[in-house]
Amino acid sequence: MTVGQSIPRVDAHAKVTGTAQYVGDLEPHDAYFAKIVRAPVANGLVRGFDLTAAQAVPNVVRILTCFDVPDIQFPTAGHPWSLDPGHQDISDRKLLNQRIRVWGDEIAVVIARDRVSAERAARLVVPDIEAYPAISTPQEAMQPDAIPLHEERPNNIVARTEFHVGDGSFAQAVDTPNTVMVSGHYHVPAVQHCHMELVHSVAYMEGDKIVVISSTQIPHIVRRVCGQALGIPWSKVRVIKPYIGGGFGNKQDVLVEPLTAWLTTQVGGHAVKVELTREEVLGCTRTRHAFDWDVQAVATADGTLLARTYRGFANQGGYASHGHAIAANASNVFKQCYRDRLSLDSESFTVYTNRPTAGAMRGYGIPQGCFVMEALTDDLAYALHMDPLEFRLKNCVEAGYVDPHNGITMHSYGLDQAIAKGRAAIDWDRKRAAYQDQTGPVRRGVGMAIFTYKSNVHPFSLETASCRMVLHEDGRVSVQMGATEIGQGADTVFTQMAAESIGLPVSHIDIQSTQDTDITPFDTGAYGSRQTYVCGTACKLTGQSLRAKILEYAASMHARGAEGLTIRDGIIYDEADQQLCTVAEVGMESSYSRTHSLHITAEETYHCEQNSFATGVCFAEIEVDIPLGQIHVLRLVNVHDSGKIINPKLAEAQCHGGMSMGLGYALSEELLFDDACRPLNANLLDYKIPTAMDTPDLEVHFVEIEDPTAPYGNKALGEPPTIPVAAAVRNALLHATGISVNSLPLTPQKLIEHFREAGLLGGNRHV
Amino acid sequence: MFDIKRVYRAASVADALRALQEDPESVLIAGGTDVLIRVREGKMAGASLVSIHELPELTGVHKETDGTIVIGPCTPFAAITANEIIQTHIPALGAAVDQVGGPQTREAGTIGGNLCNGATSADSAPMILALDAELVLQSAAGTRIVPGTEFHTGPGRTVRRRDEILTEIRIRPENYQGFGGQYTKYGKRAAMEIATLGCAALVRLEADTKTIADLRLAYGVAAPTPIRCPEAEALAAGRVLDDALLDEIAQTAAAHAAPRSSWRASREFRLQLIEELARRTIRAAAEQAGGGC
Amino acid sequence: MLQIIELTVNGQPTSVAVEEGEALLDTLRERLGLTSVKRGCEVGECGACTVLIDGKAVDSCIYLSVWAAGKSILTVEGLRKNDGTLTTIQQAFIDQCAVQCGFCTPGLILSALEIVMSGKSYTRDELKKRISGHLCRCTGYENILNAVEQAVRETQKQAHAK
Repeated sequence: MTVGQSIPRVDAHAKVTGTAQYVGDLEPHDAYFAKIVRAPVANGLVRGFDLTAAQAVPNVVRILTCFDVPDIQFPTAGHPWSLDPGHQDISDRKLLNQRIRVWGDEIAVVIARDRVSAERAARLVVPDIEAYPAISTPQEAMQPDAIPLHEERPNNIVARTEFHVGDGSFAQAVDTPNTVMVSGHYHVPAVQHCHMELVHSVAYMEGDKIVVISSTQIPHIVRRVCGQALGIPWSKVRVIKPYIGGGFGNKQDVLVEPLTAWLTTQVGGHAVKVELTREEVLGCTRTRHAFDWDVQAVATADGTLLARTYRGFANQGGYASHGHAIAANASNVFKQCYRDRLSLDSESFTVYTNRPTAGAMRGYGIPQGCFVMEALTDDLAYALHMDPLEFRLKNCVEAGYVDPHNGITMHSYGLDQAIAKGRAAIDWDRKRAAYQDQTGPVRRGVGMAIFTYKSNVHPFSLETASCRMVLHEDGRVSVQMGATEIGQGADTVFTQMAAESIGLPVSHIDIQSTQDTDITPFDTGAYGSRQTYVCGTACKLTGQSLRAKILEYAASMHARGAEGLTIRDGIIYDEADQQLCTVAEVGMESSYSRTHSLHITAEETYHCEQNSFATGVCFAEIEVDIPLGQIHVLRLVNVHDSGKIINPKLAEAQCHGGMSMGLGYALSEELLFDDACRPLNANLLDYKIPTAMDTPDLEVHFVEIEDPTAPYGNKALGEPPTIPVAAAVRNALLHATGISVNSLPLTPQKLIEHFREAGLLGGNRHV
Repeated sequence: MFDIKRVYRAASVADALRALQEDPESVLIAGGTDVLIRVREGKMAGASLVSIHELPELTGVHKETDGTIVIGPCTPFAAITANEIIQTHIPALGAAVDQVGGPQTREAGTIGGNLCNGATSADSAPMILALDAELVLQSAAGTRIVPGTEFHTGPGRTVRRRDEILTEIRIRPENYQGFGGQYTKYGKRAAMEIATLGCAALVRLEADTKTIADLRLAYGVAAPTPIRCPEAEALAAGRVLDDALLDEIAQTAAAHAAPRSSWRASREFRLQLIEELARRTIRAAAEQAGGGC
Repeated sequence: MLQIIELTVNGQPTSVAVEEGEALLDTLRERLGLTSVKRGCEVGECGACTVLIDGKAVDSCIYLSVWAAGKSILTVEGLRKNDGTLTTIQQAFIDQCAVQCGFCTPGLILSALEIVMSGKSYTRDELKKRISGHLCRCTGYENILNAVEQAVRETQKQAHAK
């Protein structure tokens, strides 16, 4: 068994020796540098440009503006294409935009022989802009007199959806005697992925084919969108995806590739690179959606959840990107975690504003939905004077849960075991009691939050994946996955799955890390925590197919049938468990046989129409320094029900990173803007992701219950670790201080304001 | 690649002064951790730089015979923290500059640059003010000595003229001997941070280890420039350090501070920090001074 | 205007022509092909471009190349040995699963090398401070700290054995 073993990462050697190549390590040495000219307003219209000064800068090759680009609107979401026009992503932007909808919108571009010249000229481009008032929030954007950002949606609403679960109504719950009701307004801000590699792509032409090397999670989707944006056959674009320095969903959007591809066509196919600065990445690519909610919940005095209402507004920013999918996902977690005995009413809006475009980010709406859901849960338990863990056990979803609307099923269930394991690990019962009713300036608390998360995007979108394997003369096997390694360890677990399914040691598997859309089999990419589940199945099917072909050839070498033969550790055994020959012998014979040469390869597509829920829980223990408004997280424990773990050490490491991202979401991360929607803190000094000194030791546990629908019993794990952390920390604060803070992040200034209001700091001397 | 017109690598202070005079557009660069960032932002694009990076005569720490400690302004933060003289006599200054940015920044950034940059958030500034350090400015026209407390004139502004070089940071023995010191940096993160508020305290105690003989209290970001708090300091002399006194000092410090509201932090929040950090920082400084409270 | 500077890069005496306004990051990547040195922010906030200059970890993005004249620069490429073995630190990063996307890895390995070369012992909190100039979004630093601890431990063991 190699599945389930903590083999070292297959790419670790390349990465510790600095030989792993990223886009910047591969770009042609003479590539032109393209500097995007960005709008100095968030809402407006470009009337024209004065390019005189910019064009006079030496080494400028070409300046192109929004008046030069093809008149084609295209979508950017990293979603599979839909053959149904009604389900296609919203096409609402051009390569460069005359209608400005976000601060820093791309309105022109300077191509120069070197970066300094490009940047100098870009500073000298003078746009003539008609500026409109900037719209910061969905509430403003939905006002009747608000300026429409896109003429296709005059009310600025990208989409509105609603659903109802249960046989009763909220009013019925309210009218039930002996109940407790809580309600509140909650808010989470826009945050950014902060992958360490910048957004970077380079394009050049080989004949009439455009080659794009890009730091992306979704090479095949990038190819399609480049084709759409340029109005050319899709296969005229070849996308190469090397190692990438993290993506976290930002690179599940098509960001600069179509522009880069078009620019090379404007300079005779010469290589052109677009490498955004960190400031551009933070302020002008994608964010996790900011949300506002009004929610209510009613429970009986004994802690039975009767009903909830959910009204959520997702701030989409200027362009649709992933559109309403994220807001819809955020609302779904309410029904997918708890059982409202009477009713759950949900209404969600996704609304255009002039804030930066929001898109996919680790958790895809669920970190937001989980925050409001779990804050509400704790507020309700607090009002009931009930242990919030007991409340959850009484009301959370049970084994066999089926979503009433989309049919996604909990084919395996470990939420109860995860809660039990975390409860013991954090010493919940003792600490809940010990930290009750504290006084004094420094107090402690423990809090928790649960979540569920699906293992791919079926049935919302197509789920498909493919894999190709080639047997070499020496019995080793090359594996090509359409699925992408983005740091999460996909190549390593696919290597394990390939070895397992063929019957080879992992040392006999060579996985090709680079995707090249001209060569690599098709896949939609790294997102949705889908890869081990969906692409893993493609890998397993292909391995099984290759194994059958190897055995068939081995049988023919020994003038017998293949039935009863098996491969273990590269050796072929017969039904009596006697060694027949080795896979290496089959590789050599099949390659060079003068009578029966056969190049043994296999390729399979997995068309996936299955899904299952992963679940889990986070427990946080914190210390609150009230006079300084500081939260020190003492312990953070995540327990995941993600089915069978393919590589425990990698999985644990992946959880650490997710928890760290959740910790930043809880305490310090938020993109800030002025009234003109200009980002104020779009740099890594002012945008606060945790440093090592801000991070407690991170503790991870798994409850491994095999899921019957997965290739190796596994379920989603990539995104989940981030999801519950912020709510758990927030709920620990409630435990420590009795104060409900209904927005993220839990910054010191915000806490001081709450503490002062609650009388924990004495008078309000200075205001 | 930075948009820089010219970098003149000065061989000495005299050479640098000459270069600054010759090119009226030129500006000094020492460690580069601030200047190069401003160049990249475009604020100083096309700049002409006179580099005093690692000039031996401006680097290092020494003690003069009268006990005055002289810090070369081009000494990187990390070298100050590691310096034996600093560790022996003014460990609180070494600890303060050990909170700048991160380890790499502390290896490259210099204390002189930190001061001349003029930011109220400079981590070295409150302690330099509390130590009553004297700053020696040299130009082609001559040399002048400016008290640390008079060095900063506004946000990003100091008394240093473009063609002057900060050549020495001088700390007299009466300003460090017998003092315990503490610098508290308050930020949203524990590293890679600019201070939301910085508080430096020096405390000298009487022989009873309870009564304050001398208190120095200084802040960063409590006003548009780093400030000392003479009104608060005056309350302390001759009094026993207890909670009541600390409350009085803290409130006085807050009453005389002038913090601003910005998107980074509100005035109200900074006032809360000014008070609370005064209490904690003075107490820690007193402990460093051998106090038993 | 180009200037020729002489320095030692990964143990080799090197002459290289650089622009006056050139960052060491660009010289190492573009002129010397040492692409393990990564561009992450260009303002000294992320640590991806960290190299050792005379044994000290420095952000090469805000270090002028002209200042490097006469210095000894070490990048991760310089850790490569002819027999293909890895250094204690590199092996520890693999063993402890401290590598994910890999973009912060070369810089962290160099900071770890500086830590290990100091010959000192560190508490976990001290190590956190020593690596706090590196931002990593994949690992939560947990396994990086485990790797540095392993490297410190093993290096001390090796020194003891000698």
